[in-house]
Amino acid sequence: MIEVRQRAIVSRQSTPSLPKHVRIQFDPVRQAFAVLSPEKVFWPNEISLDILRRCDGRSDVGHIIADLAAEYGAEEDEIASDVTAFLQEWADKLLVKL
Amino acid sequence: MSEPLLPPIGMLAELTHRCPLQCPYCSNPTELLKANREMDTQSWLDLFEQAADLGVLQVHLSGGEPTLRRDLEQLIAGLSARSVYTNLITAGVGVAEGRVEAFAEAGLDHLQLSFQGARPATTEMIGNHRGSHEKKLETARRARAAGLPLTINAPIHRHNIEEVPEFIELALSLGAERLEIANVQYSGWALTNRDALMPDRAAVDRQAEIVEAARERLTGIMNIDFVTPDYFAIYPKPCMGGWARDAFMVAPDGMVLPCHAAQTIPSLSFERFGERSLAEIWTDSPAFNAFRGTDWMQEPCRGCERREIDWGGCRCQAMAIAGDPAATDPACVKSPIHARMANFIAAANSTGSERTAESFIYRRIGAVTEPA
Repeated sequence: MIEVRQRAIVSRQSTPSLPKHVRIQFDPVRQAFAVLSPEKVFWPNEISLDILRRCDGRSDVGHIIADLAAEYGAEEDEIASDVTAFLQEWADKLLVKL
Repeated sequence: MSEPLLPPIGMLAELTHRCPLQCPYCSNPTELLKANREMDTQSWLDLFEQAADLGVLQVHLSGGEPTLRRDLEQLIAGLSARSVYTNLITAGVGVAEGRVEAFAEAGLDHLQLSFQGARPATTEMIGNHRGSHEKKLETARRARAAGLPLTINAPIHRHNIEEVPEFIELALSLGAERLEIANVQYSGWALTNRDALMPDRAAVDRQAEIVEAARERLTGIMNIDFVTPDYFAIYPKPCMGGWARDAFMVAPDGMVLPCHAAQTIPSLSFERFGERSLAEIWTDSPAFNAFRGTDWMQEPCRGCERREIDWGGCRCQAMAIAGDPAATDPACVKSPIHARMANFIAAANSTGSERTAESFIYRRIGAVTEPA
Protein backbone atom coordinates (compact mmCIF):
# COMPACT_ATOMS: atom_id res chain seq x y z
CA MET A 1 0.00 0.00 0.00
CA ILE A 2 1.19 3.45 -0.89
CA GLU A 3 0.24 6.45 1.19
CA VAL A 4 -2.51 8.35 -0.61
CA ARG A 5 -1.48 11.79 -1.84
CA GLN A 6 -3.00 14.98 -0.48
CA ARG A 7 -4.13 17.89 -2.63
CA ALA A 8 -1.37 20.52 -2.62
CA ILE A 9 -2.28 24.21 -2.35
CA VAL A 10 -0.04 26.85 -3.94
CA SER A 11 1.68 29.29 -1.60
CA ARG A 12 4.53 31.75 -2.07
CA GLN A 13 6.81 29.14 -0.53
CA SER A 14 5.87 26.30 -2.89
CA THR A 15 8.66 25.15 -5.21
CA PRO A 16 6.82 23.82 -8.27
CA SER A 17 8.32 21.32 -10.67
CA LEU A 18 7.13 19.23 -13.59
CA PRO A 19 6.46 15.61 -12.63
CA LYS A 20 8.23 12.83 -14.49
CA HIS A 21 5.27 12.17 -16.77
CA VAL A 22 5.09 15.77 -18.03
CA ARG A 23 7.60 17.42 -20.31
CA ILE A 24 7.97 20.54 -22.40
CA GLN A 25 9.31 19.88 -25.85
CA PHE A 26 9.87 21.93 -28.98
CA ASP A 27 8.07 20.39 -31.94
CA PRO A 28 10.01 21.13 -35.14
CA VAL A 29 7.06 20.08 -37.34
CA ARG A 30 4.68 22.68 -35.87
CA GLN A 31 7.40 25.13 -34.79
CA ALA A 32 5.84 25.38 -31.33
CA PHE A 33 6.40 24.19 -27.78
CA ALA A 34 4.20 21.31 -26.67
CA VAL A 35 3.57 19.99 -23.18
CA LEU A 36 3.35 16.21 -23.32
CA SER A 37 1.46 14.26 -20.67
CA PRO A 38 -0.34 10.90 -20.51
CA GLU A 39 -3.02 10.89 -23.24
CA LYS A 40 -2.87 14.67 -23.71
CA VAL A 41 -0.78 17.23 -25.58
CA PHE A 42 -1.10 20.90 -24.61
CA TRP A 43 -0.04 23.94 -26.65
CA PRO A 44 0.58 26.59 -23.99
CA ASN A 45 0.75 30.27 -24.87
CA GLU A 46 3.88 32.31 -24.24
CA ILE A 47 3.01 33.36 -20.70
CA SER A 48 2.03 29.83 -19.66
CA LEU A 49 5.32 28.57 -21.08
CA ASP A 50 7.24 31.22 -19.17
CA ILE A 51 5.63 30.02 -15.94
CA LEU A 52 6.13 26.32 -16.68
CA ARG A 53 9.79 26.81 -17.62
CA ARG A 54 10.41 28.32 -14.21
CA CYS A 55 8.98 25.23 -12.46
CA ASP A 56 12.43 23.80 -11.78
CA GLY A 57 11.83 22.49 -8.25
CA ARG A 58 14.20 25.08 -6.79
CA SER A 59 12.59 28.49 -7.39
CA ASP A 60 9.71 29.26 -5.04
CA VAL A 61 6.50 30.84 -6.26
CA GLY A 62 7.41 34.24 -4.76
CA HIS A 63 10.63 34.22 -6.74
CA ILE A 64 8.86 33.08 -9.93
CA ILE A 65 6.36 35.95 -9.63
CA ALA A 66 9.12 38.50 -9.07
CA ASP A 67 11.05 37.15 -12.01
CA LEU A 68 8.04 37.23 -14.35
CA ALA A 69 7.08 40.73 -13.18
CA ALA A 70 10.58 41.94 -14.05
CA GLU A 71 10.49 40.27 -17.44
CA TYR A 72 7.08 41.61 -18.40
CA GLY A 73 7.59 45.04 -16.81
CA ALA A 74 4.57 44.51 -14.57
CA GLU A 75 3.88 44.97 -10.87
CA GLU A 76 4.15 41.75 -8.83
CA ASP A 77 0.69 42.33 -7.35
CA GLU A 78 -0.80 42.57 -10.85
CA ILE A 79 0.34 39.11 -11.92
CA ALA A 80 0.51 37.24 -8.60
CA SER A 81 -3.06 36.00 -8.58
CA ASP A 82 -2.93 34.88 -12.24
CA VAL A 83 0.32 32.96 -11.72
CA THR A 84 -0.99 31.36 -8.53
CA ALA A 85 -4.29 30.39 -10.16
CA PHE A 86 -2.46 28.90 -13.15
CA LEU A 87 -0.19 26.82 -10.94
CA GLN A 88 -3.12 25.64 -8.80
CA GLU A 89 -5.04 24.57 -11.90
CA TRP A 90 -2.07 22.64 -13.27
CA ALA A 91 -1.34 21.13 -9.85
CA ASP A 92 -4.96 20.01 -9.59
CA LYS A 93 -4.56 18.20 -12.89
CA LEU A 94 -1.32 16.64 -11.55
CA LEU A 95 0.64 18.36 -14.31
CA VAL A 96 2.69 20.44 -11.86
CA LYS A 97 4.13 19.13 -8.59
CA LEU A 98 4.19 21.52 -5.62
CA MET B 1 -11.83 19.88 -47.35
CA SER B 2 -13.30 22.24 -44.80
CA GLU B 3 -9.99 22.74 -42.97
CA PRO B 4 -6.32 22.33 -43.93
CA LEU B 5 -4.78 18.89 -43.47
CA LEU B 6 -2.74 18.89 -40.27
CA PRO B 7 -0.06 16.42 -39.21
CA PRO B 8 -1.14 13.66 -36.79
CA ILE B 9 -0.32 14.01 -33.09
CA GLY B 10 -1.08 10.53 -31.80
CA MET B 11 -0.63 6.96 -32.99
CA LEU B 12 -1.95 3.73 -31.53
CA ALA B 13 0.35 0.84 -32.39
CA GLU B 14 -1.30 -2.55 -31.99
CA LEU B 15 1.90 -4.55 -31.94
CA THR B 16 0.24 -7.96 -31.70
CA HIS B 17 -3.17 -9.57 -31.39
CA ARG B 18 -1.79 -12.25 -29.07
CA CYS B 19 -3.04 -11.90 -25.50
CA PRO B 20 -3.22 -14.11 -22.40
CA LEU B 21 -6.67 -12.67 -21.60
CA GLN B 22 -9.91 -13.27 -23.46
CA CYS B 23 -12.03 -10.24 -22.53
CA PRO B 24 -15.37 -10.42 -24.35
CA TYR B 25 -15.29 -6.68 -25.18
CA CYS B 26 -11.82 -6.57 -26.76
CA SER B 27 -11.52 -3.73 -29.27
CA ASN B 28 -9.48 -5.89 -31.64
CA PRO B 29 -11.30 -7.08 -34.75
CA THR B 30 -13.12 -10.41 -34.45
CA GLU B 31 -10.80 -11.67 -37.16
CA LEU B 32 -7.56 -11.83 -35.19
CA LEU B 33 -4.11 -12.05 -36.76
CA LYS B 34 -1.70 -14.80 -35.76
CA ALA B 35 1.91 -14.09 -34.76
CA ASN B 36 3.21 -14.86 -38.26
CA ARG B 37 1.32 -11.84 -39.63
CA GLU B 38 3.03 -9.36 -37.29
CA MET B 39 5.49 -6.79 -38.62
CA ASP B 40 9.09 -7.41 -37.62
CA THR B 41 11.19 -5.20 -35.36
CA GLN B 42 12.85 -3.22 -38.13
CA SER B 43 9.53 -2.43 -39.86
CA TRP B 44 8.07 -1.07 -36.63
CA LEU B 45 11.23 0.99 -36.02
CA ASP B 46 11.04 2.38 -39.57
CA LEU B 47 7.37 3.20 -39.05
CA PHE B 48 8.15 5.01 -35.79
CA GLU B 49 10.86 7.08 -37.53
CA GLN B 50 8.39 8.12 -40.22
CA ALA B 51 5.73 8.85 -37.60
CA ALA B 52 8.11 11.15 -35.71
CA ASP B 53 9.08 12.90 -38.97
CA LEU B 54 5.42 13.37 -39.79
CA GLY B 55 4.70 15.08 -36.44
CA VAL B 56 3.50 12.29 -34.17
CA LEU B 57 4.27 13.26 -30.56
CA GLN B 58 2.69 10.38 -28.65
CA VAL B 59 2.63 6.66 -29.37
CA HIS B 60 0.42 4.27 -27.47
CA LEU B 61 1.89 0.77 -27.54
CA SER B 62 -0.95 -1.67 -27.34
CA GLY B 63 -2.22 -5.02 -28.61
CA GLY B 64 -3.38 -7.66 -27.82
CA GLU B 65 -0.76 -7.74 -25.12
CA PRO B 66 2.23 -5.67 -26.27
CA THR B 67 4.63 -7.17 -23.69
CA LEU B 68 4.40 -10.47 -25.61
CA ARG B 69 6.64 -8.79 -28.20
CA ARG B 70 10.15 -9.70 -27.09
CA ASP B 71 11.46 -6.61 -28.88
CA LEU B 72 9.30 -4.17 -26.91
CA GLU B 73 12.31 -2.65 -25.10
CA GLN B 74 13.92 -1.99 -28.49
CA LEU B 75 10.74 -0.39 -29.86
CA ILE B 76 10.44 1.88 -26.82
CA ALA B 77 14.09 2.88 -27.15
CA GLY B 78 13.54 3.74 -30.82
CA LEU B 79 10.68 6.07 -29.98
CA SER B 80 12.48 7.53 -27.02
CA ALA B 81 15.48 8.40 -29.19
CA ARG B 82 13.11 10.56 -31.25
CA SER B 83 11.61 12.16 -28.09
CA VAL B 84 8.22 10.61 -28.82
CA TYR B 85 6.12 10.25 -25.66
CA THR B 86 5.53 6.53 -25.08
CA ASN B 87 2.53 5.04 -23.33
CA LEU B 88 2.44 1.29 -22.74
CA ILE B 89 -1.08 -0.16 -22.58
CA THR B 90 -0.83 -3.53 -20.88
CA ALA B 91 -2.95 -6.13 -19.13
CA GLY B 92 0.01 -6.72 -16.81
CA VAL B 93 -0.28 -10.52 -16.85
CA GLY B 94 2.73 -12.71 -17.57
CA VAL B 95 5.24 -9.87 -17.68
CA ALA B 96 8.59 -11.52 -16.94
CA GLU B 97 10.74 -10.43 -14.00
CA GLY B 98 12.85 -7.39 -14.80
CA ARG B 99 10.97 -6.30 -17.89
CA VAL B 100 9.01 -3.40 -16.39
CA GLU B 101 12.34 -2.05 -15.18
CA ALA B 102 13.79 -2.59 -18.68
CA PHE B 103 10.90 -0.65 -20.24
CA ALA B 104 11.56 2.25 -17.87
CA GLU B 105 15.27 2.03 -18.66
CA ALA B 106 14.49 2.16 -22.40
CA GLY B 107 12.69 5.46 -21.84
CA LEU B 108 9.04 4.52 -21.31
CA ASP B 109 7.10 7.62 -20.22
CA HIS B 110 3.90 6.14 -18.83
CA LEU B 111 2.22 2.82 -18.16
CA GLN B 112 -1.50 2.12 -18.42
CA LEU B 113 -2.64 -1.05 -16.69
CA SER B 114 -6.07 -2.57 -17.18
CA PHE B 115 -8.14 -4.18 -14.44
CA GLN B 116 -11.16 -6.17 -15.58
CA GLY B 117 -12.60 -6.09 -12.08
CA ALA B 118 -11.82 -4.41 -8.77
CA ARG B 119 -12.31 -7.84 -7.18
CA PRO B 120 -10.10 -10.82 -8.07
CA ALA B 121 -13.07 -13.04 -8.98
CA THR B 122 -14.40 -10.45 -11.46
CA THR B 123 -10.99 -9.91 -13.07
CA GLU B 124 -10.59 -13.67 -13.50
CA MET B 125 -14.08 -14.18 -14.89
CA ILE B 126 -13.93 -11.35 -17.46
CA GLY B 127 -10.44 -12.13 -18.73
CA ASN B 128 -11.03 -15.89 -18.38
CA HIS B 129 -7.64 -16.21 -16.70
CA ARG B 130 -6.97 -17.63 -13.23
CA GLY B 131 -4.70 -15.62 -10.97
CA SER B 132 -4.71 -12.60 -13.25
CA HIS B 133 -5.69 -10.07 -10.56
CA GLU B 134 -2.68 -10.79 -8.35
CA LYS B 135 -0.37 -10.58 -11.36
CA LYS B 136 -1.77 -7.15 -12.24
CA LEU B 137 -1.23 -5.91 -8.69
CA GLU B 138 2.37 -7.08 -8.94
CA THR B 139 2.83 -5.26 -12.28
CA ALA B 140 1.44 -2.07 -10.72
CA ARG B 141 3.87 -2.36 -7.81
CA ARG B 142 6.80 -2.92 -10.15
CA ALA B 143 5.79 0.08 -12.26
CA ARG B 144 5.72 2.31 -9.18
CA ALA B 145 9.03 0.91 -7.95
CA ALA B 146 10.56 1.66 -11.36
CA GLY B 147 9.34 5.26 -11.03
CA LEU B 148 6.79 4.98 -13.85
CA PRO B 149 3.65 7.11 -13.79
CA LEU B 150 0.58 4.89 -13.71
CA THR B 151 -2.94 4.96 -15.13
CA ILE B 152 -5.44 2.29 -14.14
CA ASN B 153 -7.91 1.49 -16.91
CA ALA B 154 -11.24 -0.05 -15.96
CA PRO B 155 -13.50 -1.09 -18.84
CA ILE B 156 -17.05 -0.93 -17.49
CA HIS B 157 -20.11 -3.06 -18.33
CA ARG B 158 -22.99 -4.72 -16.49
CA HIS B 159 -20.78 -7.29 -14.73
CA ASN B 160 -18.55 -4.74 -12.96
CA ILE B 161 -20.44 -1.44 -12.99
CA GLU B 162 -21.25 -1.87 -9.30
CA GLU B 163 -17.51 -2.10 -8.59
CA VAL B 164 -16.81 1.50 -9.69
CA PRO B 165 -16.28 2.73 -6.08
CA GLU B 166 -13.87 -0.15 -5.52
CA PHE B 167 -11.99 0.67 -8.75
CA ILE B 168 -11.47 4.18 -7.40
CA GLU B 169 -10.10 2.84 -4.10
CA LEU B 170 -7.94 0.30 -5.93
CA ALA B 171 -6.37 2.97 -8.16
CA LEU B 172 -5.71 5.18 -5.13
CA SER B 173 -4.13 2.33 -3.18
CA LEU B 174 -1.81 1.59 -6.12
CA GLY B 175 -0.65 5.22 -6.23
CA ALA B 176 -2.02 5.83 -9.74
CA GLU B 177 -2.04 9.38 -11.09
CA ARG B 178 -4.97 8.59 -13.36
CA LEU B 179 -7.96 6.30 -13.49
CA GLU B 180 -10.00 5.69 -16.60
CA ILE B 181 -13.55 4.59 -15.98
CA ALA B 182 -14.19 3.60 -19.57
CA ASN B 183 -17.59 2.25 -20.45
CA VAL B 184 -17.29 -0.42 -23.11
CA GLN B 185 -17.68 0.76 -26.70
CA TYR B 186 -19.77 -1.65 -28.70
CA SER B 187 -17.57 -2.47 -31.65
CA GLY B 188 -15.49 -5.58 -32.36
CA TRP B 189 -15.92 -8.29 -29.72
CA ALA B 190 -18.12 -6.04 -27.58
CA LEU B 191 -20.66 -5.83 -30.39
CA THR B 192 -20.70 -9.63 -30.56
CA ASN B 193 -21.31 -9.76 -26.78
CA ARG B 194 -23.51 -6.67 -26.53
CA ASP B 195 -26.50 -8.31 -24.87
CA ALA B 196 -24.34 -9.93 -22.19
CA LEU B 197 -22.45 -6.68 -21.44
CA MET B 198 -25.06 -3.92 -21.63
CA PRO B 199 -25.78 -2.32 -18.24
CA ASP B 200 -29.18 -0.94 -17.25
CA ARG B 201 -29.99 2.74 -17.05
CA ALA B 202 -30.24 2.90 -13.25
CA ALA B 203 -26.73 1.50 -12.87
CA VAL B 204 -25.39 3.94 -15.48
CA ASP B 205 -26.96 6.89 -13.67
CA ARG B 206 -25.56 5.74 -10.30
CA GLN B 207 -22.14 5.36 -11.86
CA ALA B 208 -22.20 8.93 -13.21
CA GLU B 209 -23.01 10.29 -9.73
CA ILE B 210 -20.27 8.25 -8.08
CA VAL B 211 -17.64 9.33 -10.62
CA GLU B 212 -18.68 12.99 -10.40
CA ALA B 213 -18.43 12.97 -6.60
CA ALA B 214 -15.08 11.16 -6.68
CA ARG B 215 -13.67 13.63 -9.19
CA GLU B 216 -14.49 16.48 -6.88
CA ARG B 217 -13.18 14.71 -3.78
CA LEU B 218 -9.94 13.68 -5.53
CA THR B 219 -9.06 16.98 -7.22
CA GLY B 220 -5.28 17.29 -7.12
CA ILE B 221 -4.94 13.71 -5.85
CA MET B 222 -5.95 11.51 -8.80
CA ASN B 223 -7.37 12.38 -12.22
CA ILE B 224 -10.42 10.41 -13.28
CA ASP B 225 -11.25 10.22 -16.98
CA PHE B 226 -14.81 9.13 -17.55
CA VAL B 227 -15.72 7.55 -20.88
CA THR B 228 -19.50 7.58 -20.80
CA PRO B 229 -21.55 4.83 -22.46
CA ASP B 230 -22.62 5.75 -26.01
CA TYR B 231 -25.96 3.98 -25.97
CA PHE B 232 -27.18 6.17 -23.08
CA ALA B 233 -25.88 9.41 -24.59
CA ILE B 234 -27.59 12.45 -26.10
CA TYR B 235 -24.67 13.47 -28.28
CA PRO B 236 -22.03 11.18 -29.80
CA LYS B 237 -18.35 11.23 -28.96
CA PRO B 238 -15.93 12.90 -31.36
CA CYS B 239 -14.55 9.48 -32.23
CA MET B 240 -10.73 9.64 -32.60
CA GLY B 241 -11.16 13.44 -32.29
CA GLY B 242 -12.57 13.34 -35.83
CA TRP B 243 -11.82 10.79 -38.56
CA ALA B 244 -8.15 11.05 -39.64
CA ARG B 245 -7.91 14.47 -38.03
CA ASP B 246 -5.05 14.17 -35.54
CA ALA B 247 -4.64 10.47 -34.78
CA PHE B 248 -4.54 7.05 -36.42
CA MET B 249 -3.66 3.46 -35.64
CA VAL B 250 -1.59 0.65 -37.04
CA ALA B 251 -2.62 -3.02 -36.89
CA PRO B 252 -0.08 -5.81 -36.14
CA ASP B 253 0.42 -6.48 -39.86
CA GLY B 254 1.16 -2.83 -40.63
CA MET B 255 -2.26 -1.85 -41.95
CA VAL B 256 -2.65 1.88 -41.31
CA LEU B 257 -6.19 2.63 -40.15
CA PRO B 258 -8.14 5.74 -39.13
CA CYS B 259 -9.48 3.83 -36.07
CA HIS B 260 -9.38 0.30 -34.69
CA ALA B 261 -12.78 -0.73 -36.08
CA ALA B 262 -12.38 0.90 -39.51
CA GLN B 263 -12.09 -2.47 -41.23
CA THR B 264 -15.77 -3.11 -40.41
CA ILE B 265 -16.64 -0.56 -43.13
CA PRO B 266 -16.72 -2.71 -46.27
CA SER B 267 -16.62 0.17 -48.76
CA LEU B 268 -13.15 1.22 -47.59
CA SER B 269 -9.83 -0.33 -48.53
CA PHE B 270 -6.72 0.28 -46.52
CA GLU B 271 -3.02 0.45 -47.14
CA ARG B 272 -0.13 -1.27 -45.44
CA PHE B 273 2.98 0.47 -44.16
CA GLY B 274 5.85 -0.44 -46.45
CA GLU B 275 3.74 -0.50 -49.59
CA ARG B 276 3.50 3.27 -49.23
CA SER B 277 5.10 5.71 -46.82
CA LEU B 278 3.21 6.81 -43.74
CA ALA B 279 3.08 10.41 -45.03
CA GLU B 280 1.49 9.27 -48.30
CA ILE B 281 -1.08 7.16 -46.50
CA TRP B 282 -1.95 9.98 -44.07
CA THR B 283 -2.33 12.49 -46.89
CA ASP B 284 -3.65 10.53 -49.85
CA SER B 285 -5.26 7.30 -48.71
CA PRO B 286 -8.89 7.27 -49.96
CA ALA B 287 -9.93 5.60 -46.69
CA PHE B 288 -8.42 8.45 -44.64
CA ASN B 289 -10.01 11.05 -46.87
CA ALA B 290 -13.43 9.35 -46.94
CA PHE B 291 -14.72 10.99 -43.74
CA ARG B 292 -12.20 13.74 -43.12
CA GLY B 293 -13.51 17.18 -42.17
CA THR B 294 -17.21 17.86 -42.77
CA ASP B 295 -17.70 17.71 -46.56
CA TRP B 296 -18.82 14.06 -46.49
CA MET B 297 -21.62 14.74 -44.02
CA GLN B 298 -25.31 14.24 -44.68
CA GLU B 299 -28.16 15.86 -42.80
CA PRO B 300 -28.64 16.24 -39.87
CA CYS B 301 -24.83 16.49 -39.41
CA ARG B 302 -24.22 18.79 -42.36
CA GLY B 303 -26.22 21.70 -40.98
CA CYS B 304 -25.59 20.95 -37.30
CA GLU B 305 -23.87 23.52 -35.09
CA ARG B 306 -22.04 20.65 -33.36
CA ARG B 307 -20.49 19.25 -36.56
CA GLU B 308 -16.99 20.39 -35.58
CA ILE B 309 -17.49 19.36 -31.95
CA ASP B 310 -18.35 15.71 -32.45
CA TRP B 311 -17.46 15.33 -36.15
CA GLY B 312 -20.52 13.16 -36.79
CA GLY B 313 -19.55 10.71 -34.04
CA CYS B 314 -18.33 7.21 -34.78
CA ARG B 315 -18.32 6.03 -38.44
CA CYS B 316 -18.13 2.40 -37.38
CA GLN B 317 -21.15 2.72 -35.10
CA ALA B 318 -23.05 4.37 -37.98
CA MET B 319 -22.07 1.37 -40.11
CA ALA B 320 -23.01 -1.19 -37.46
CA ILE B 321 -26.39 0.27 -36.56
CA ALA B 322 -27.55 2.45 -39.48
CA GLY B 323 -25.86 0.32 -42.14
CA ASP B 324 -24.34 3.48 -43.66
CA PRO B 325 -20.90 4.72 -42.61
CA ALA B 326 -21.80 8.30 -43.66
CA ALA B 327 -24.93 8.39 -41.49
CA THR B 328 -25.15 10.37 -38.26
CA ASP B 329 -23.91 8.27 -35.34
CA PRO B 330 -27.14 6.80 -33.90
CA ALA B 331 -25.89 7.78 -30.42
CA CYS B 332 -26.89 11.35 -31.41
CA VAL B 333 -30.37 12.44 -30.38
CA LYS B 334 -30.70 14.07 -33.83
CA SER B 335 -30.23 10.76 -35.63
CA PRO B 336 -33.51 9.53 -37.16
CA ILE B 337 -32.78 6.09 -35.70
CA HIS B 338 -31.62 7.25 -32.25
CA ALA B 339 -34.51 5.29 -30.66
CA ARG B 340 -32.81 2.05 -31.69
CA MET B 341 -30.20 2.63 -28.99
CA ALA B 342 -32.85 2.54 -26.27
CA ASN B 343 -34.32 -0.57 -27.90
CA PHE B 344 -30.95 -2.32 -27.75
CA ILE B 345 -30.65 -1.41 -24.06
CA ALA B 346 -34.16 -2.70 -23.38
CA ALA B 347 -33.60 -5.91 -25.35
CA ALA B 348 -30.34 -6.61 -23.53
CA ASN B 349 -31.98 -6.04 -20.15
CA SER B 350 -35.07 -8.15 -20.72
CA THR B 351 -34.81 -11.34 -18.73
CA GLY B 352 -32.96 -14.20 -20.33
CA SER B 353 -29.86 -16.32 -20.14
CA GLU B 354 -28.03 -14.02 -22.54
CA ARG B 355 -27.46 -11.54 -19.71
CA THR B 356 -25.10 -13.80 -17.79
CA ALA B 357 -21.37 -14.25 -18.14
CA GLU B 358 -21.95 -17.88 -19.15
CA SER B 359 -23.05 -16.61 -22.56
CA PHE B 360 -19.82 -14.69 -23.26
CA ILE B 361 -18.13 -15.44 -26.52
CA TYR B 362 -14.60 -15.05 -25.21
CA ARG B 363 -12.03 -13.37 -27.40
CA ARG B 364 -9.79 -15.95 -28.97
CA ILE B 365 -8.52 -16.73 -32.43
CA GLY B 366 -11.18 -18.55 -34.42
CA ALA B 367 -14.02 -17.98 -31.92
CA VAL B 368 -16.06 -15.92 -34.39
CA THR B 369 -14.16 -15.99 -37.67
CA GLU B 370 -11.26 -18.09 -38.92
CA PRO B 371 -7.87 -16.45 -38.49
CA ALA B 372 -6.63 -14.46 -41.46
